[in-house]
Amino acid sequence: MAAVTSLGESAPAARPATPGSMHAGRRRKLNLFRYVVFVIFGLFFFLPLLATARYSLEGTKAGSWTMKAWAQIATYPGLLSAIEITLELAAITCVLVLVLLLPTMIWIRLRVQWISRVFEFLCLLPLTIPAIVLVVGLGPIYNWIEHYNLSALQLCWVYVILALPYAYRALATGLEAIDVTTLSEAARSLGANWLTVMTRVIAPNMGQAILNALLLSAALALGEFTIAETLNYTTLQVALFNISRATTNAGVLFSTSLAALLFAFFLLVILSYSRRRSRRRG
Amino acid sequence: MTTSAADTYSAPARAGVEVRLDGLRRRYGQVVALDGVDLTLHPGELVALLGPSGCGKTTTLRLLAGLEDADDGQIIVGGADISRLPASKRDMGMVFQAYSLFPHLTVAQNVAFGLRLRKVSKQDRDRRALEMLELVGLSAQADRYASQISGGQQQRVALARALAIEPKVLLLDEPLSALDAKVRSQLRDEIRRIQLEVGITTLFVTHDQEEALAIADRVGVMQDGRIEQLGPPTEIYSRPASSFVAEFVGLTNRLPGQVSGGQVVVRGCQLPLVDHSVADGPVIALVRPEAVTVSAAGGGESGPLAGTVIAVTFLGATSRVTVDLGGTTIMAQLPTADAAQVTAGTPVTLAIRPDPVLVSADPAVASEA
Amino acid sequence: MAAAVSTAGARPRRAGHLPSLAWVGTLPFLGYVGVFLFLPTGIIIWDAVRNPAGQFDLGSLKLLGNPVVRSYFTGSIELCAATAFAGAVLGAILTYAIATGNPEGVIRRLSLAGSGVLAQFGGVTLAFAFNAAIGPSSGFLFHAGWYYTFPWGIGLIYVYFQIPLMVLVFLPAIDGLKVQWREATENLGGSTFQYWRLVGGPLLTPAFFGSMLLLFANALSAFATILAWENQISYTVPQQIYIAINSEVGLASNEGDILALGMVVLVAIIMTLYALLQRRAARWLR
Repeated sequence: MAAVTSLGESAPAARPATPGSMHAGRRRKLNLFRYVVFVIFGLFFFLPLLATARYSLEGTKAGSWTMKAWAQIATYPGLLSAIEITLELAAITCVLVLVLLLPTMIWIRLRVQWISRVFEFLCLLPLTIPAIVLVVGLGPIYNWIEHYNLSALQLCWVYVILALPYAYRALATGLEAIDVTTLSEAARSLGANWLTVMTRVIAPNMGQAILNALLLSAALALGEFTIAETLNYTTLQVALFNISRATTNAGVLFSTSLAALLFAFFLLVILSYSRRRSRRRG
Repeated sequence: MTTSAADTYSAPARAGVEVRLDGLRRRYGQVVALDGVDLTLHPGELVALLGPSGCGKTTTLRLLAGLEDADDGQIIVGGADISRLPASKRDMGMVFQAYSLFPHLTVAQNVAFGLRLRKVSKQDRDRRALEMLELVGLSAQADRYASQISGGQQQRVALARALAIEPKVLLLDEPLSALDAKVRSQLRDEIRRIQLEVGITTLFVTHDQEEALAIADRVGVMQDGRIEQLGPPTEIYSRPASSFVAEFVGLTNRLPGQVSGGQVVVRGCQLPLVDHSVADGPVIALVRPEAVTVSAAGGGESGPLAGTVIAVTFLGATSRVTVDLGGTTIMAQLPTADAAQVTAGTPVTLAIRPDPVLVSADPAVASEA
Repeated sequence: MAAAVSTAGARPRRAGHLPSLAWVGTLPFLGYVGVFLFLPTGIIIWDAVRNPAGQFDLGSLKLLGNPVVRSYFTGSIELCAATAFAGAVLGAILTYAIATGNPEGVIRRLSLAGSGVLAQFGGVTLAFAFNAAIGPSSGFLFHAGWYYTFPWGIGLIYVYFQIPLMVLVFLPAIDGLKVQWREATENLGGSTFQYWRLVGGPLLTPAFFGSMLLLFANALSAFATILAWENQISYTVPQQIYIAINSEVGLASNEGDILALGMVVLVAIIMTLYALLQRRAARWLR
């Protein structure tokens, strides 16, 4: 039988920025500005996409419509194999990035914190060394690699470097969000060794960040052109480039571009769904 | 050569003005934030608006400041209707809960900012800024940046900045809520001292009832967009107008009792009523812990006021003794010296001081008892 | 670039014990980065300072003074500075429009998703799209006679990916403008114009210029797009590096290395300035 009550609320209410908390007049002017901006920029960004779509459906006679270019994705000589190898390359790059970065980052966070500044610098360094520059120095290295294997999949080694800054940031965000020290101390006090801590305690709590890092690495591998072209490997982007040199504005260029965009969009949707699910669970 | 703030500060050209809020209403979509608020602030008075989050106290302040528009009602300051006046023309000084200061300006530049907007000459602005900083005791930090001073100091600078423009009204939106407890009580007294010295009409919004009671001339307790009670702190505390006020301000015991003949009988004690018009019958009486006294019983005592101590909570100068009366729990608040005689398990006898109590036949209150 | 791997909670080393060998766990990573990042960079620097006889000769770097080589650099800098500026200004406007909307609303979610998608639309596919849209012979929308004139056609394409990048980088800064600063200015008697002139503007300036620098560095490094736009004539350094690598005759046998070195120095300077401005911006607009 409660006979006491407490003092007033202890937690201060942060004032939310409610949409209504502005003068009606100023809000109206602002909204007008916003809609104009969105329309203009929307058009600007949309029109090249529209042109791509139109050209992907263009027939031999100007103004006609056909799905031929889309069918050509599979039939155009060399294109399908380029797509296949690029997808494989993306998958391998993702795995390599994860294998290289994740254990190292967790390890550093747990045991070697003093190195973390240096580590961060190294991971962000590729941002200051453009791909076109890097490839100049890669020549001799890849000459050596080509003694052993001529496959375009060998690009994975350098793609990992290119993906480092993006994957690092994604994983770092994930690591920051969980209290690594406490979790690992708790696990260790229960008898876990460092390997167990990393694989069964920390990593499972970073699902979202790992997914992010994978998608960023895959996107990079799928879109990379500079190094592949300069080192004379035929990936998807290089194949498209070659086709464009042979036949300007070949329909298949546009259908493939659009397909790649849709694929990227599809991946982003998956990502946003997983984000929502993890938020609900949390 | 040291000069006190009182020596260097020159009295403002204007004395405090009267502020009147008439029938203010405001809603956000479906949510009613203010449901007809009437409030008059007398010249030079400090009124605190107190209430839980969502009660409308901050909305009231923001309407007065002009940062939002009321759906209905009037705002009259110094006899002039300013309801339609934009915020920048209302001549009021405001202190926010957090992020008050501009990070890219020094403390002195922050304080002088309002004067700069008014095209006051650099010489005059700097002089006035320094005066204000001395008033709040921070002239030594004039050339520092917000990030280099503590939270309490930041709020003092914010106060100096608000007062520098010699506003008609001072508005404080939970200025102490983001600070540590110790800093909070120091700064609260500072604010009151400065407010009295300057003599400016002030509206102070807070959710902390101790703050409100400590510094206000009058306290307005708000709930659901309306002012439930407006009056001096002592009145709010000892003569709450409703059970909400009684429970929001200070601790309360809820005890069943019986009203008859203008008094209520609670556990055998006859207590006078705050509101004599209450009809006879069973009620819940709201008794303040400090009205309950505890004395160690010889043992073997029985009766409605005999019980066993459950716990003694040490609060510093006072202690709270929770007593089990066989089915009901009562809190008593005593000076620590008096509470020293009892510990958990001691049989005790209670006495209830005959202060006027608020009673409620409200089924909601009854069901919680 | 906030510190992501913090050093909080580092336990003090116990006196009398050997320093922990835990750092050995980072060797795989260091080794990998050593081979595929530092080694190529080292090779570039090594080859850049050799003369045709293979001896160490800093005089090789004089190539950077060659007027033809200088024209590549000015071409790059012109194109990248102009598109960085345009991208920054236009991007800032778009960012403001996004930031002032409902933080949970559709527009913000769409915009961020859109930026992610548009980021995929870079490289050769973007050049194809613009070719298709406004190419002088085949344009879907209209035929732009200026399309193949440097830096116009390519400049427009660069702006297309600069704007989303600006939004991504500048949005946190605009979000960092606390509503209280606007209200305090209003309360103290300031108009909207005075707010932007005295408070909002100064606060956003470091972030704005920092973002512009990032856009500049980003454009400098771009290669795929410009190659797909025009692969015969070199206007910019990346194009010339590509040609130098693939041809036997050039201005010098290590022309590619020297150009690469010049580019790295340029980008490094830009990124350092960016980092400095970012620190100031972060301090104010946390």
